[in-house]
Amino acid sequence: MTQAKDERFVGQALPRREDARLLTGRGQFVADLNLPGMLHAAFVRSQVAHARIRSVDLSRAAAAPGVVLAMNGADVLQLLPPVPDTQLSLPRKWTAQVQHTFLNPQQPLLAHDKVRHVGEAVAVIVAESRYLAEDAAEMVTVDLEPLPPVVDAEQALAHGSPVLHEQYATNLIGEFEVAKGDVDAALARAPHRLKRRFHHHRYAAIPMECRGVASVYDARSDSISIWSSCQVVHWLRREAATILNLPEARIRCVALDVGGGFGVKGHVYPEELLIPFLARRVSRPVRWIEDRHEHFMAACHSRDQIHDVEVGFDDEARLLAFRDSFIADCGAWNPIGAGIAYNTAVHIPGPYKFDNFAVRARIVTTNKVPNAPYRGAGRPEASFAMERTIDLIAMELNRDPAKVRMTNLVPSAEMPYHLGIPYRDGEPIVYDSGDYPKALQSVLDAIGGVEAFRVRQREAREQGRYLGLGIGCYVEGTGVGPFESATVRIDPTGKIYVASGACPQGQGMETIFSQIVADTWKVNPNDVIMALADTSAISIGFGTIASRSTVTLSAAIHHASKPLREKVFAIAANILECAPEDLELRNGSVGIVGVPGNEVTLASVAKASRPGWDNARPPGMPAGLEETYYYEPPTVTWSYGTHAAIVDVDVKIGRINIQKYVIAHDCGVMVNPMLVEGQIHGGTVQGLGGALLEEISYDSDGQLLTGSFMDYLLPTASDVPHLELIHLHHPSPLNPLGVKGVGEGSAIAPPVVIANAVSDALAPFKVEFNTTPVKPEQIVRAAWSAARGE
Amino acid sequence: MSRLVDVRLTVNGKACEGHCEPRTLLVDFLRENLGLTGTHAGCEHGVCGACTILYNGEAARSCIMLAVQADGSEIVTVEGIARDGKMHPLQQAFHEHHGLQCGFCTPGMLIAAMDFLQTNPSPSEEEVREGLSAVLCRCTGYQNIVAAVMAAAAQMQSERD
Repeated sequence: MTQAKDERFVGQALPRREDARLLTGRGQFVADLNLPGMLHAAFVRSQVAHARIRSVDLSRAAAAPGVVLAMNGADVLQLLPPVPDTQLSLPRKWTAQVQHTFLNPQQPLLAHDKVRHVGEAVAVIVAESRYLAEDAAEMVTVDLEPLPPVVDAEQALAHGSPVLHEQYATNLIGEFEVAKGDVDAALARAPHRLKRRFHHHRYAAIPMECRGVASVYDARSDSISIWSSCQVVHWLRREAATILNLPEARIRCVALDVGGGFGVKGHVYPEELLIPFLARRVSRPVRWIEDRHEHFMAACHSRDQIHDVEVGFDDEARLLAFRDSFIADCGAWNPIGAGIAYNTAVHIPGPYKFDNFAVRARIVTTNKVPNAPYRGAGRPEASFAMERTIDLIAMELNRDPAKVRMTNLVPSAEMPYHLGIPYRDGEPIVYDSGDYPKALQSVLDAIGGVEAFRVRQREAREQGRYLGLGIGCYVEGTGVGPFESATVRIDPTGKIYVASGACPQGQGMETIFSQIVADTWKVNPNDVIMALADTSAISIGFGTIASRSTVTLSAAIHHASKPLREKVFAIAANILECAPEDLELRNGSVGIVGVPGNEVTLASVAKASRPGWDNARPPGMPAGLEETYYYEPPTVTWSYGTHAAIVDVDVKIGRINIQKYVIAHDCGVMVNPMLVEGQIHGGTVQGLGGALLEEISYDSDGQLLTGSFMDYLLPTASDVPHLELIHLHHPSPLNPLGVKGVGEGSAIAPPVVIANAVSDALAPFKVEFNTTPVKPEQIVRAAWSAARGE
Repeated sequence: MSRLVDVRLTVNGKACEGHCEPRTLLVDFLRENLGLTGTHAGCEHGVCGACTILYNGEAARSCIMLAVQADGSEIVTVEGIARDGKMHPLQQAFHEHHGLQCGFCTPGMLIAAMDFLQTNPSPSEEEVREGLSAVLCRCTGYQNIVAAVMAAAAQMQSERD
């Protein structure tokens, strides 16, 4: 295929390359993998939240039809010594600046001494079919000595609370403080102060594909293949190397088509290590596909933070000081360490300019499913605390919340803005580019202006209808390090091959990186071959978490392509008998600038570069056309946005009808605007789900009450509004393409936008919505209480 | 293990036959016995709709049906909706409107949309949202799916006219 000379593909809304297979049933997810002689695994999971394990009797299960292997935690412990508790891997630059204490309990592959949440695996069955494996799993007798559970994070901190990880004698497994200025003095001086408690509840990523792992061991080469529905194949390989005691070079990890991740598949789970271990042990392929019930009780949840905020402000509603002490309930284990809580801490200031800030975070274990990042990863909680506070300040001073925001936003003239605290890479936070007031103004314009809305709101109230306006502003550090890799190679056919550690789960990476490579190499996107999520394609990689891949991989491609292009030009110059400086890339070829027609194709250059007789390399030039680059970003680049919703609240039945939902966002240069919009739609609806419908609930015994889609409500097409998008464009100065991450941002604002909108609608009842989700019964109760004059 | 039974049915216009346990779910039979892995199991309790197929012309959830119940029936899966090697207007519209991201719910969404457009060939946006509310998607926020179904409806209408 050829390409018009100056056509650029970055910026075009190209339909996706991935679609052809996914639309016709030819995608391949891990559950679609059918290996010859494959066995199937099923787990036995604890039905009790907290208990000491007396015994896990496998005798009946092991004798059941079709069972090949049954193992409990004690069996695994004998074969695999437990991994010692290690220090969290935190950048030295960060640990040098932030006062912190972390304990880091390591979850065994199967529980052997205690169970710490309902759903923790205590045994595994491997059988000829999944049906038979599940039959046998029911025959396992688990003898437990129940211990008192603790499901509330504050109770977990109380003296005398049951302790999950007894070696520490405390449930407080992480603590840090970050500050700038002098909060105490500024609060003491502030003309106005208010204190509030905010609770952001527990909900979860819930991708439509649950987790799944398949593995096959090859005795001949002493090597193993692992297919996992996962966001981080290189991380998986690293951990598998330890567990299997194999060199990384003998392990291949692949993520096939992955049915959504959103963070929940962004770290390595015990099951992902145990399945390959079993496959090697039984010398047959083994597959485990998590079912939905299991997913609710064993795949990580998220959010679940309590914030105690104190804010000081002046008569003009200017922020003077903000203090937040929060508790992050991480569940039974803490696979991501400081990640979520530190994200929360540094995103609390958001787009606002103020001098005195202090946050104290405590990470607490409870007898619930462990928490891991979910789209937003600590930021929705931060945004909830700040943006609710802004609305409360407005109410206190009887000002409009939009104006209070405008008063405090970092003015565009002050960009880049130094926040005064370090990011989690240890670098000072600098909001690199953008126009925060413009983002706010553009959504206010899109809703028809605040004044016009207030008129409508007053008129509606006179008719007994309750309209509310909710606004939420946020910033998001994106494209965080440590690195991403790219190998760029000119295929002998002239096609451009790119391998990377980035792992897609629906983002359309094959499409967007083809667009980027097409511009870099002046070829058609169809002439780009993307090899992602496969450790055999590139030896070092990071993976796709934390809104990073567009930023980090585009830069890695850029930097790998530069020396490769020089080599291509040197060889082409040798063939064309001209100087390399006179050459340019065009239409999959190299030609002399200003001389049409005199060209050599990339395929010919690739052939000329080959080692051996009759090559056409300049003397002394090494053979081959391949370069690898590891891009280590200087620090994060800051996306931002403002969401606004107008809601119509029916106080009789507690129904919230979202009349209008507007989003202004800035992710710098948009590689593919259609895919950017898709990311924003998806994240916003996940945020709305968390705000209104989705809730993981436990009873006081630690029993999971929401173990199915009958109890845990995902938004459906008829639950969500049409979303209006406004794109702002401030390219990032920190990377070659000018891009910023867009994967998570849109999930940050919706919970607080809804809470602010409903609080605004119900202002006549003097009720505040400071917890999520916002439930119909809260609305009805507020209206009843007001009617009874309470 | 109970004895195996024979199941004969027509899938995507072709006569198919398999042997399975009586308890085998239809979705597992399609995927494991017939190798039609385009139909996905997302919840196995009949809520998410990823496993939706056409069962004797109507949308049904293959994760809460037994294969033996489908004996003698006619089934259409996502593998069978393209026409003469050309994508169905719904598939084409999903492609053009970015109506899919991870693609896991997509087979169920396409089949549910086919069924919906059979009964309501020129729906409003609200009707499309209601009509698709039996299939969960976690990636798209539905907006582009709705746009795709509206576009496909118009296309199919113009093909009929």
